[in-house]
Amino acid sequence: MSAGAASITLERGGLARRTSDALFRRPALLLTLLLVPPLLWLGIVYLGSLFALLAQSFFSIDEFSGLINYEFTLSTYRELFRLANLDVIIRSLVMATAVTLASVVVGFPIAYFAARYARGKWKALFYLAIMLPLWSSYLVKVYSWKLILAKEGIITWIAQKLHLVWLLDAVLAIPVIGGPSLSISYLGTFLVFLYVWLPFMILPTQAALERVPGNLIEASADLGAHPGQTFRTVIFPLALPGIIAGSIFTFSLTLGDYIIPQIVGTSSYFLGQAVYTLQGTAGNIPLAAAFTVVPIVIMGLYLWIAKRMGAFDAL
Amino acid sequence: MTTAVRFQRVSRHFGTVRAVDDVTLDIAEGEFFAMLGPSGSGKTTCLRLIAGFEQPTSGHIEIFGETAEGVPPYRRNVNTVFQDYALFPHMNVLDNVGYGLMVRGVSKAQRDKRSLEALALVELAGFEARRPGQLSGGQRQRVALARALVNEPKVLLLDEPLGALDLKLREQMQVELKTLQRNLGITFVFVTHDQGEALSMADRVAIFNEGKIVQVGVPEDIYERPRRRFVADFVGSSNVLTPDFSARTGGPHKWASLRPEKIDIWREETLPDATVRHCEAKVISVHYQGAVTRIATQAGGQLLSATIPSGSAKVSPGDIVTLAWPAGALHVMEDEA
Repeated sequence: MSAGAASITLERGGLARRTSDALFRRPALLLTLLLVPPLLWLGIVYLGSLFALLAQSFFSIDEFSGLINYEFTLSTYRELFRLANLDVIIRSLVMATAVTLASVVVGFPIAYFAARYARGKWKALFYLAIMLPLWSSYLVKVYSWKLILAKEGIITWIAQKLHLVWLLDAVLAIPVIGGPSLSISYLGTFLVFLYVWLPFMILPTQAALERVPGNLIEASADLGAHPGQTFRTVIFPLALPGIIAGSIFTFSLTLGDYIIPQIVGTSSYFLGQAVYTLQGTAGNIPLAAAFTVVPIVIMGLYLWIAKRMGAFDAL
Repeated sequence: MTTAVRFQRVSRHFGTVRAVDDVTLDIAEGEFFAMLGPSGSGKTTCLRLIAGFEQPTSGHIEIFGETAEGVPPYRRNVNTVFQDYALFPHMNVLDNVGYGLMVRGVSKAQRDKRSLEALALVELAGFEARRPGQLSGGQRQRVALARALVNEPKVLLLDEPLGALDLKLREQMQVELKTLQRNLGITFVFVTHDQGEALSMADRVAIFNEGKIVQVGVPEDIYERPRRRFVADFVGSSNVLTPDFSARTGGPHKWASLRPEKIDIWREETLPDATVRHCEAKVISVHYQGAVTRIATQAGGQLLSATIPSGSAKVSPGDIVTLAWPAGALHVMEDEA
């Protein structure tokens, strides 16, 4: 070959060029470099601290000195199943379930509209409306809800203007969920939970619905399915992974939250509050750790059941 | 003969776009009817009007004598094979095929029996338990076909069903679809942009352009006797002769079509008699296509292409040749001169 012939490789120079050339030739090295930092984070900092916490639940506290006894025991778990603690668990479970179901019912139509009908400007407006509440402080939102739900609040005022005070009173008179006012009742806690976690249900549901091709819905109608049947047999099953993803958020966030029930609601404890009090003022780290195991076990069971029911078949 | 589908002055407008513009059409029962045209010509919208996914802006549609306007797709005894098959990804092949029966409340046992028969019909026995994602393009196409046929539709609509298949499979499916249609006697309405497909399969072909039907007829008519320049050009890429060129070579002063395969390269010393028309032309390019060679030439301002058996003449770009064709090969069209 003559010296004047052009080489097929371009002249290369500089450290950055040579580095990228080296990484091009060794894709495994690139993958390692990309994955090691997050894996270290996930493995040591994240999972490590979680396991350290879980390990605490197998220790016990000395009732007289208040010191932790570092010997393996299941006595903390025995304590967890005492009636008062069981009460907290059941209360949190019922609340989380109610909030999750309600966010599916409220969130699905919104997600459906956004995925199937909203275009361009409307879609941008949808995202703004869903995300906007997430931009403001969580505490501010919860306190404003306390004002909205209070006896002197806007809901009572509207009820008065519409001559519907009797209805509000009737709702508040319902045993268990009612109370002296909405801001001091389970119903109020429920409403605030629903408001705060709703975006976490809408967004994954909308993403799942977006991926359902329009021609599947046409095909279903073409084969003789009326809209209700199409919804049950095509749209809902295909959106289910998104709904499950959303319900993981709403369910676990409700299970773990300790601020909302403290500000809006009755004085009875939810899981998060129990953990907060036990590790703080009470200093009972083992029992607090045992309490944190509860939502993890519940979520594990929930996902297992969802998988068994075929919720992830469409993934 | 019963009319399966009747369009009376049907239009479908989307805003200012006239997707379907004043179409009048009759499709007979048991017919294999092809709608052929370039993309955006309105053929798919016509299909969607029959299926019920679109409602006409104006005009009247009848399916087996019954008014179709306002009838939703799920109450029409018409089924569609979609372009990309639209199989339900969360159901196996058997449930996909049995879907139409399931929503009509047919019992599980009956449904499975008929679905298996439909799968056997499209030669997919043994694939019941697979998911659509585990099938090849050709197999999915067959599942889509079985899923439509199991409902015993009065009209089967096919929206470019072979478009996603490779050539070999497409040719095989063309033969199978035609055989299937003949055996079942169901009216097939087939949308395609592939003229070869339309001509080889259909009993009658409608040529669409810009929302209108340009010509309807049996394949021979469409191919041999195009009524418009558009048809001549679109179906098999005929030579469209300008009125001036047509007159100069001894024809009438009208737009005319001349099939490339009718043109020969004249190599004798003496010029042919009056029954043979001829002209001098300059060769622009030569395309070897296997059995035939396509030669593009220019005669004055007129482009002419000729297909001749490969090896019958040695020509190269830049040569001046004499093109000749029988006077009867010229087909005069209806376009204004």
